Amino acid sequence: MKILTGNDLPTGDVIWWTGTEWSRHVEDAADVGEEGESIARAEEGARRVNAPYVIEATATPEGPRPAHIKDRVRALGPTVRPDLTLKPADPAAGNWVI
Amino acid sequence: MYKYDQYDQSIVDARVEEFRDQVNRRLSGALSEDQFKPLRLMNGLYLQLHAYMLRVAVPYGTLDGRQMRMLGHIARKYDRGYGHFTTRQNIQYNWIKLEEAPDILADLASVEMHAIQTSGNCIRNISSDQYAGAASDEVTDPRPWAELLRQWSTFHPEFSYLPRKFKIAVIAAAEDRAAMRLHDIGIELVRNEAGTLGGKIFVGGGMGRTPMIAPEIKDFVPAEDLLSYLEACLRVYNRHGRRDNIYKARIKILVHEIGAEDYRRQVEEEFAHVKTLGIDPPAAELERITAFFAPPAFATGLSDELDLSDPDFRLWVQQNVAAHAQPGYAIANISLKPVGGIPGDATADQIDLMGDLAERYSFDELRVTHAQNIVLPHVRKADLYAVWQALDEAGLATPNLDLISDIIACPGLDYCSLANARSIPVAQKIAERFADLDRQRDLGELKLKISGCINACGHHHAGHIGILGVDRKGTENYQLLLGGSGAEDVSLGKITGPGFDEDGIVDAVEKVTDTYKSLRQDGERFVDTYRRVGIEPFKEAIYG
Repeated sequence: MKILTGNDLPTGDVIWWTGTEWSRHVEDAADVGEEGESIARAEEGARRVNAPYVIEATATPEGPRPAHIKDRVRALGPTVRPDLTLKPADPAAGNWVI
Repeated sequence: MYKYDQYDQSIVDARVEEFRDQVNRRLSGALSEDQFKPLRLMNGLYLQLHAYMLRVAVPYGTLDGRQMRMLGHIARKYDRGYGHFTTRQNIQYNWIKLEEAPDILADLASVEMHAIQTSGNCIRNISSDQYAGAASDEVTDPRPWAELLRQWSTFHPEFSYLPRKFKIAVIAAAEDRAAMRLHDIGIELVRNEAGTLGGKIFVGGGMGRTPMIAPEIKDFVPAEDLLSYLEACLRVYNRHGRRDNIYKARIKILVHEIGAEDYRRQVEEEFAHVKTLGIDPPAAELERITAFFAPPAFATGLSDELDLSDPDFRLWVQQNVAAHAQPGYAIANISLKPVGGIPGDATADQIDLMGDLAERYSFDELRVTHAQNIVLPHVRKADLYAVWQALDEAGLATPNLDLISDIIACPGLDYCSLANARSIPVAQKIAERFADLDRQRDLGELKLKISGCINACGHHHAGHIGILGVDRKGTENYQLLLGGSGAEDVSLGKITGPGFDEDGIVDAVEKVTDTYKSLRQDGERFVDTYRRVGIEPFKEAIYG
């Protein structure tokens, strides 16, 4: 599957396209098929996202898992600071990245 | 310490307001990201993996308690309670909001700080010896010259759009604590036989994907010609540097391709012209700048005796305290490398504390080192125990300076959008493997440096043991290098062979240190043994 990601313009937060809006959680990401580039252009033009790009991901029961480790780190947060990830209550969440 | 005059303050204040307007225009849509990106980078604002990252300049690594506490305030108010001291003697914040960036710059400007020239193809923050003004082996304090270069290079119109970024280091001691010859230009201040002050000039060093040690271009440039000579060095680079290929755009490639001799010839020709332009400062201006760096009011007649009956304090003194030029005083190194911690990170509270300690015990001075530690440069020996107790209580008294756990590590793939692999977890695992302090001290001076990509922010080429993280078919892989040094015995490490996974690289490092222990002779550091026996015994131990 292909998913669309970028950063929130005013805050810089990592965000994912859900099909209708942007979410901070990768598990909400929707398969954009071949529409990713056009969605990115429209959303960037509307300043709802900064520096968007399309990535490959794998569909899993827990939601999309980005194909590249860099995007998995983006999705979770720094593996060396579990308290600053999106899953601070789960110190083992970093294993998902690796 | 240097204090801003009205010109310094006005240009920094003006830059804050200019950037505020640029940010507003970006947020309103008047500027696209393509238009805005070079503007934010000129103010040290990057877009990294998780958020915007702000890199704040610490000129030649020197700051006072008030400035340090402002860094803590920024960590607390605008970031997530911590900052990361970098291998360029700066500090970075990892969780910055674009909408708040102008307020941060305004706060910085209120204490004579900024984020200018911490990015982009300009002359970056000047780096220097963290022991400047305190070391007994320096011929002069290099900081007035570093400050002069800061003023010369700030918004220098001719050098604001160089072919690539440009890094200058200034030292004034035979012991190189600033990796001087791994800079685009390295300046070693020396005195000639007549006692005249001048600079030995090295040009074309650097790390990155093509590491090079800067060759000596000029053995002595009189101090009064220094600025003109550097202007000539930059002009030749600006004229001939490769703008067509980012990977060949650094001055090291130019010097390598045309040869040091031809580069020197062109610089000399250019210098003959530049010298007629009168850009070297008048003596009065030099004296004005130098006066800011006058030695503090050291007390005299102090004892050099220390009560070392507390064993933990004794360890810290033995490992982290260096000799000071002034009797009765010492240089206290604060390690930001607790075992299992993140190299270079400090919490807002720790940053505040270090600022307070500087104010109370070190004539209000701190230094940031390229090894990602902090220095209190002027501490009375009689105050060392109190300083240590305060540091210990705050988790800042790890006695591991220059030992294997005093690891330089870039932010790596945990934070950096350029990285291919994580650096910090490897540093943590190595530090934990060698956590036993007796074992570390038995290994002696061992500089281990880790980069998460070929750009080498973690100085892996200059590590006695270097580690380079790469992407190998989508997984993290770590190459091992041996024999590098960023010190006066400068050398570049050599890759041992095939890389390792995260656990494998830790095992490989241990095999390397075991091999060293089996081969070392009396008094040999790791790198000495390596240079004597070569790489083969280590490869044999690692790969069988």
